[in-house]
Amino acid sequence: MMSEIFSVAFITGLIAATLRMSTPIILATLGEIITERSGVLNLGIEGTMLFGAAVGFLTTLATGNLWLGVFAAALAGIALSLIMAVLAVYLGLSQHVSGLGITIFASGLAMFVYRLVVGSPIVPPIITPFTPVAIPLLSRIPILGASFFTQYSLTYITWALIPLVSIFLFKTRAGLRVRTIGQNPFAADTVGVNVNLTRTLCLAAGGAFFGVAGAFLTLAHQNMFLIDVIGGRGWIAIAMTIFGNWNPLMGAVGALIFGFLDAFQLRMQTLGVDLPFHIFLMIPYLITILALISVSRKATVPAGLLKPYRREDK
Amino acid sequence: MIGMSIVKRKPLPPWVMLIIPVAAVFVTLLITAIPILIAGGNVFKAYGALFHGALGSRFNLLETFVKASPLILTGLAVAFAFRAKFWNIGAEGQLFAGAIIASWVGIYFTWLPSFLVLPVMIIFGFLGGGLWATIPAFLKTKLKVDDVVTTLLLNYVILHIMGALLFGPMQMPGSAWPRSASIMDAAFYPMLIARSRFHLGIIISFAAVLVIWFINSKTVFGYQSKGVGINLNAAKFGGINTNMVILKTAIISGGLAGLAGVGEVAAIHHHLMMDVSPGYGYTGIVIAMLGNLHPIGVALAAFFFSVISVGAQTMSRVAGIPIYIVGIIEGVSLMTMLIFILLTEYKIRWTKS
Repeated sequence: MMSEIFSVAFITGLIAATLRMSTPIILATLGEIITERSGVLNLGIEGTMLFGAAVGFLTTLATGNLWLGVFAAALAGIALSLIMAVLAVYLGLSQHVSGLGITIFASGLAMFVYRLVVGSPIVPPIITPFTPVAIPLLSRIPILGASFFTQYSLTYITWALIPLVSIFLFKTRAGLRVRTIGQNPFAADTVGVNVNLTRTLCLAAGGAFFGVAGAFLTLAHQNMFLIDVIGGRGWIAIAMTIFGNWNPLMGAVGALIFGFLDAFQLRMQTLGVDLPFHIFLMIPYLITILALISVSRKATVPAGLLKPYRREDK
Repeated sequence: MIGMSIVKRKPLPPWVMLIIPVAAVFVTLLITAIPILIAGGNVFKAYGALFHGALGSRFNLLETFVKASPLILTGLAVAFAFRAKFWNIGAEGQLFAGAIIASWVGIYFTWLPSFLVLPVMIIFGFLGGGLWATIPAFLKTKLKVDDVVTTLLLNYVILHIMGALLFGPMQMPGSAWPRSASIMDAAFYPMLIARSRFHLGIIISFAAVLVIWFINSKTVFGYQSKGVGINLNAAKFGGINTNMVILKTAIISGGLAGLAGVGEVAAIHHHLMMDVSPGYGYTGIVIAMLGNLHPIGVALAAFFFSVISVGAQTMSRVAGIPIYIVGIIEGVSLMTMLIFILLTEYKIRWTKS
């Protein structure tokens, strides 16, 4: 078995799968980082991803167009985030409970809409999913070519978004505004920043990321919609946001580690390691909890997180 | 440009709090009429089928009680934890823990005198859920790890522990499916009403409502637990061992969810399987909020969601509305209730600028 693990094919496959499986988690983590940096915890993430997965899938099923599916999923994510904005930003309700409400609502809605459109056929409908795109020249490099440079377009886009979100948050005026609101909304208001509008825009951006992250699972990773397609990836993204200390690059690193564990456990199963496969399925969640423990003491939570902003409360 | 601000209002008379959940339910059913219309259903016929399916006959009504039992317990579990601001989103996992322990006792403790089987199973199931909930409580108090995230992630951990057991040591010999052997007859919850599934667990959940009400309003611990929820630092300053209070709160909360798991095994399935809960732990969150974290409110809210969930099957059959409308109703009622609670304390003032 050892020789199998160190074979070129195994390593290439493992890296490729790691990058593939971390894609939706990186996307969702980036979305959550933007939202939380502005001071809003969005626990609607898991349900929003499921709704994005359903809307993206159904749109592609109807039109045959994959990118239209991605676009629709982003819009679906934005729509749900706007509900979240009304509840948690404008009305200032508990962010915890509002978010859980969105997740419960969106999960129900996703499955309701899916059933409504496809009915209950014995064989669930499938679409022709995204195929990996080999980047010319680079994809011919041994091992790296077939792993790093033969990925889905959405994965490449996700990689590009990591530095872009970083630059937005830390190098632009708008990003500074977002971070100020997340730290001290009263100070931001004093210098003329519209706190609630900015938080709404951040929620909307995050929602688009969640929607597309969900759609990645039904349009690229798989070719059908299943009720448990998200499988807690949204909650993992919440964990990775904390693990990455609200920093896009570190959050992505955390997501990559999770993707690696996810890919590794799948391969251990197929190699026929003599352990119940549920033990492997458990490992990524356990390691995520351990990772949270390791950073918990030095985590620097945005000071305004969870606090609704009401000018009258000053 | 129209601006909006939220200002405190004068305290409303207490009876308003009794009307609030009813009003929230009414508004919810108005909103969820939209997906029913979109699904091509007749709203009156659909809701008629829903309520008839849940309440319209002796058997249906008793089934609604059967379904309410685990929901009361998970609702109490969440309400008790939220009251202390211990964000226990892990009732689903704690339910699994209770179900695993209950089936372990029910299958393997055949050496016990039969009159002891049920008490041991119930106590162990409570402790199973309670101890599972101490993990996030310990991580929160000692290591400052966010309880929302850990309780959520631990749901998946215990789900896979259950999977490993059901494909491993607890799998029924000769079965290809992930299910355990059946529990012994002495471990069955007795049925209390003939020609129905009205079982002991329903009485246990009613008793739990009274016990939690008693703890909340008549004991020092209940008072401390609430104090921790209202202001952790003030409670600490006032000499309360807040870590211990959170730990005890977690054990009771997880234990209640564990009892829900015991009931599903001992009264409904009589063996352990992956689908032991259709999300009772998550619905418990909605129930806790709709019940305004009060035990009696939780019992009523649990009954309401039981009506929805039992009735939705009839509605699905009669009016062709997908059963997943249940999730939509749950989500919408949670959000509506939140807004209604807000409106009891604040008013929204629209301003032109």
